[in-house]
Amino acid sequence: MHPCPAHTHALHSTVTETPVITTTGLTKVYRSRGREVIALDGVDLHVREGEVYGVIGQSGAGKSSLIRCVNLLERPTSGTVTVAGQDLTALAGRGPRAGKELRQARSGIGMVFQHFNLLSSRTVQDNIELPLEILGVSGRERSRKALELLDLVGLSDKAKAYPAQLSGGQKQRVGIARALAGDPKVLLSDEATSALDPETTRSILQLLRDLNRQLGLTVLLITHEMDVVKSICDSAALMEKGRIVESGTVSELLATPGSELASALFPVSGDASGEDRTVIDVTFHGEAATQPVVSQLARTYNIDISILGAAMDTVGGKQVGRMRIELPGRYEDNVVPIGFLREQGLQIDVLGQEPVLVGEGAK
Amino acid sequence: MQPLLSQACWDTLYMVGWSTLIAVLAGLPLGVLLVLTDRGGLVQNTVVNKVIGQVVNIVRSMPFIILMVALMSFTRWIVGTTIGREAAIVPLAVGAIPFFARLVETSVREVDGGLVEAVQSMGGNTWTVVRKVLVPESLPSLISATTTTVVAIIGYSAMAGTVGAGGLGDLAIRYGYQRFESELMWLIVAVLAVVIAVIQFAGDSGARVLHRRAGKGGEPLRFRVLAGFLPGGPVGATPTKTR
Ligand SMILES: Nc1ncnc2c1ncn2[C@@H]1O[C@H](COP(=O)(O)OP(=O)(O)OP(=O)(O)O)[C@@H](O)[C@H]1O
Ligand SMILES: [Mg+2]
Repeated sequence: MHPCPAHTHALHSTVTETPVITTTGLTKVYRSRGREVIALDGVDLHVREGEVYGVIGQSGAGKSSLIRCVNLLERPTSGTVTVAGQDLTALAGRGPRAGKELRQARSGIGMVFQHFNLLSSRTVQDNIELPLEILGVSGRERSRKALELLDLVGLSDKAKAYPAQLSGGQKQRVGIARALAGDPKVLLSDEATSALDPETTRSILQLLRDLNRQLGLTVLLITHEMDVVKSICDSAALMEKGRIVESGTVSELLATPGSELASALFPVSGDASGEDRTVIDVTFHGEAATQPVVSQLARTYNIDISILGAAMDTVGGKQVGRMRIELPGRYEDNVVPIGFLREQGLQIDVLGQEPVLVGEGAK
Repeated sequence: MQPLLSQACWDTLYMVGWSTLIAVLAGLPLGVLLVLTDRGGLVQNTVVNKVIGQVVNIVRSMPFIILMVALMSFTRWIVGTTIGREAAIVPLAVGAIPFFARLVETSVREVDGGLVEAVQSMGGNTWTVVRKVLVPESLPSLISATTTTVVAIIGYSAMAGTVGAGGLGDLAIRYGYQRFESELMWLIVAVLAVVIAVIQFAGDSGARVLHRRAGKGGEPLRFRVLAGFLPGGPVGATPTKTR
């Protein structure tokens, strides 16, 4: 089920097969005044080391609940959470308060927030030093580390400023620097760019991507914007009503017939096949996209091809995309050309030929 | 007259200073505890919360003069007498503790829960949250609360004169009211007004500087100084609210 050659995958990427965040059968039920809300309904999440993993879904789908369960800010009702080989649910104990071991584990997990959550009473530098104070790091070491991190996020000149004097994007950079202070392996980000304008969003995403590459940092991010997934994620999951309905690497998702995520990432339109025409979706990943396959097809079989719609993009550093094309004649007449396309290593889905598998997991 | 007035001034400052100190030292933890133990708080504990809440309410609902009488044996136990400046400090402090605690509670409640969560996500415990978030983040508001408390205690301290504690209020009543020396009475009122204005100004400036730094703006200063003069106790001296 892995359609693209391994070497294109490895390009610049730090992804290994080691699982870093794993949840099994995670459920979260909120009880308030006799009413029950099932926010998470058996979520199995697998995030590999060094990848940027995006969880996308509509408002109320349970995304925040999921990410807050990962560092146990929210106690799961049932299920387990393992981060970097440590079963956090086992560390949590029974009571509502976090014990020493859980707090220690949390300091190895960075978290970035939508509204930054910087302390207004502290300077930028002191904000970044806060997690180090909690870890009991000495004053001199703290300020060395804080200045180094400020440099990393490009805010060296703002060390003595107060958060109120910064722009949203700068605040989030401070938030990211603070999250990195404890040298975490994992960074959790809940809608880190939702309060920012598109330009700033891009620069923050780029920063996250760079940190992921440079430090081998695993990033689990929550978003409701497809663009975020498109621009930096190696893998993605779609959440609906507390469940993960699709998940996988971006290329795996693209290769899944009827994948909602893939069609949202690469929207193409056009009607289904009929008596005198065959409509097919061609999915590119890796180098295949650069080859002039369509004109090659037209020339080789001497047929007229209409392009109904196409979407191309660079996902995780690779060119991928979908194209919906129409061939004259019924499906039976086009078996050979379709076979040719499949031979080129392209993913072909014939519309109206097989039932569209909506809601099927990609794996 | 001069020595009488300055002695009275000194007595007032002495009583107010000590009782404010005690009220802040005891009221701050109580106020924080009220927030922490509340439903959904970090150390939710309904019993503790209810008990503290009730005690605070009872003490606050008592007229100061009655509180002073009710506390007489307690005062004797603490300072060895029920008469004089030291004896007045006890009921003043006891009366101000719940007053300040409620103001602290309101201030601390206004701290953004996201900040608490951020510190928890770094591995901080409840004590860390109190020390690094709740208190420093509500500091501007806590300073306003302290100002309000000082002004209220100055008001109460006038009544404390009745237990022989002296002070400006006592002087105003004995000379001004009982001996019909109304000039002296008005002079003392003026002195009190100046004292209160100075305290209000100092408190407001402190709160304002911190508020500005925290990017929450601040109200224009002159209106708030005037508000300190208005009758009816410490009106206009409520903790500074953000705009
Ligand atoms: N503390 C809570 N108490 C009760 N119900 C809650 C609580 N937090 C979340 N919920 C409910 O759980 C469900 C999932 O909420 P969650 O915040 O995880 O959604 P989300 O996907 O993050 O949404 P959004 O995109 O709007 O942030 C919602 O129905 C919400 O109302
Ligand atoms: Mg959310």
